[in-house]
Amino acid sequence: MSAPTHTLRPRHAPRRLSTTEPAVVRWALTATALLFLGLVLLVPLAAVFYEAFRKGLGPYWTALTSSDALSAIRLTLLTAAIAVVCNVVFGLAAAWAIAKFEFRGKQLLTTLVDLPFAVSPVVSGLIYVLMFGAQGWFGPWLQAHNIKIIFAVPGIVLATVFVTFPFVARELIPLMQAQGTDEEESATVLGASGWQMFWRVTLPNIKWGLLYGVILCNARAMGEFGAVSVVSGHIRGQTNTLPLHVEILYNEYNFAGAFAVASLLATLALVTLVAKNLVEWRAHRPARAAATPTPEIPHEH
Amino acid sequence: MSIEARDIVKTFGTFEALRKVSLTVPTGTLVGLLGPSGSGKTTLLRIIAGLDTADAGTVHFEGQDATEVHARHRRVGFVFQHYALFRHMTVFENVAFGLRVKPRAERPSRDEIRDRVHSLLKLVQLDIHGDRYPSQLSGGQRQRVALARALAVQPKVLLLDEPFGALDAKVRKELRRWLRHLHDDIRVTSVFVTHDVEEALEVSDFVAVMNNGEIQQFGAPADVCRAPANAFVADFIGSEQRHEAPAA
Repeated sequence: MSAPTHTLRPRHAPRRLSTTEPAVVRWALTATALLFLGLVLLVPLAAVFYEAFRKGLGPYWTALTSSDALSAIRLTLLTAAIAVVCNVVFGLAAAWAIAKFEFRGKQLLTTLVDLPFAVSPVVSGLIYVLMFGAQGWFGPWLQAHNIKIIFAVPGIVLATVFVTFPFVARELIPLMQAQGTDEEESATVLGASGWQMFWRVTLPNIKWGLLYGVILCNARAMGEFGAVSVVSGHIRGQTNTLPLHVEILYNEYNFAGAFAVASLLATLALVTLVAKNLVEWRAHRPARAAATPTPEIPHEH
Repeated sequence: MSIEARDIVKTFGTFEALRKVSLTVPTGTLVGLLGPSGSGKTTLLRIIAGLDTADAGTVHFEGQDATEVHARHRRVGFVFQHYALFRHMTVFENVAFGLRVKPRAERPSRDEIRDRVHSLLKLVQLDIHGDRYPSQLSGGQRQRVALARALAVQPKVLLLDEPFGALDAKVRKELRRWLRHLHDDIRVTSVFVTHDVEEALEVSDFVAVMNNGEIQQFGAPADVCRAPANAFVADFIGSEQRHEAPAA
């Protein structure tokens, strides 16, 4: 084994003044940072819960269990579920193609994956109104066939899928690039089919990254406001998602209700953060049994 | 099972990796592809395995054209330079992989798989528990696992890409002697890639010296040493030997 490590620094070295600031400056900087953090992050978060429960548990519960709120919750869950499934499939396919193959237009595809991040959510919504709205390209045809997309659930799902497209793909591309194609090639040479290779080798290697992408994708799908707002039409009980419901309640001066519903979204955010950290912690732990360190076999070294 | 590569051409963009290379590996021999980096030796090995496709030329196994056969069906054992062990699987599962992915009709039973894996681990002289993960093994142990995994499917030919490249000098020497002995035992037609002259000369039945996408000379190690075909071979073998000697 290696010799014990020695630090070169003398044991009681005086604090090196050249790299440190006076106490006043250090305290002032830390305080500023904490103050900023509190004002911008913690106080608003606390305010949401404070306002939600200000009139007691009764009104809170009523606000959450009104039929409009329940239908908003249902629609949000449905939309998020569809968006997550779609984007897991798209994200896997895109990341697989980009990370493991060389082809013409690869750069373009990589850029396109990021497009939804670059575009304002309002524009993301408007695209679909332009295409599928009553005055849009396919509007007359859709009307003739009695298919409603805009101001209906399909439009909300489309807009959400578009906005959340990059999360899974962007999480997987660097991971899959770093892992390379050696293990896949091994599997192929050993006789595995494409599916066997994917299920037995590729997927187990990317599962934590994939889960991370799914968590972020889900959080954004449930919380998306701009794009959904444009295509929704805000029909209560039908095309209202949770964020839109918060807006409606707030505009009606029903603050307790608005904050009650908002507290649901805030809770979702907190749960997401915890889940995200759990996954990160788990993903950065090397293979299961790594708790026992590698014993070096003497005769080999 | 002999290997015959005929007139293999491969270009990457404007770079000519292989220029009409022909190589014949007689049944049961161990052939070393020797050359400096960028000489095309790994590319040739990957084309024989079916992991890369040649722009022109054919690959025959035992006289049968395998050029269009998918890598999956070529029944070659391939040992990658960095082993490419499945990092999420135990040693046992790594070795068993090739058996488990066989079509149901050909797949051995659980007990047969267990026995095969254990006998393979014994064959490569790996006296560790099969429930270890690759990250817990030393380089030399990983190399042996990779070899056991490749041999599990009873390949017709064995291809090794820089098999000792990532190991330190001492383990390297030990392992290449061991490989030579193993080959004497199992006699599977094998090709290995190396840039280490000493290694190639010590281990191989025949060496193919490559440079600039062409095979400069093919012959038994003693013949190549005694009568280099051209200035490049003389210089590569001579200078490398002088260079390697003090380190050895």
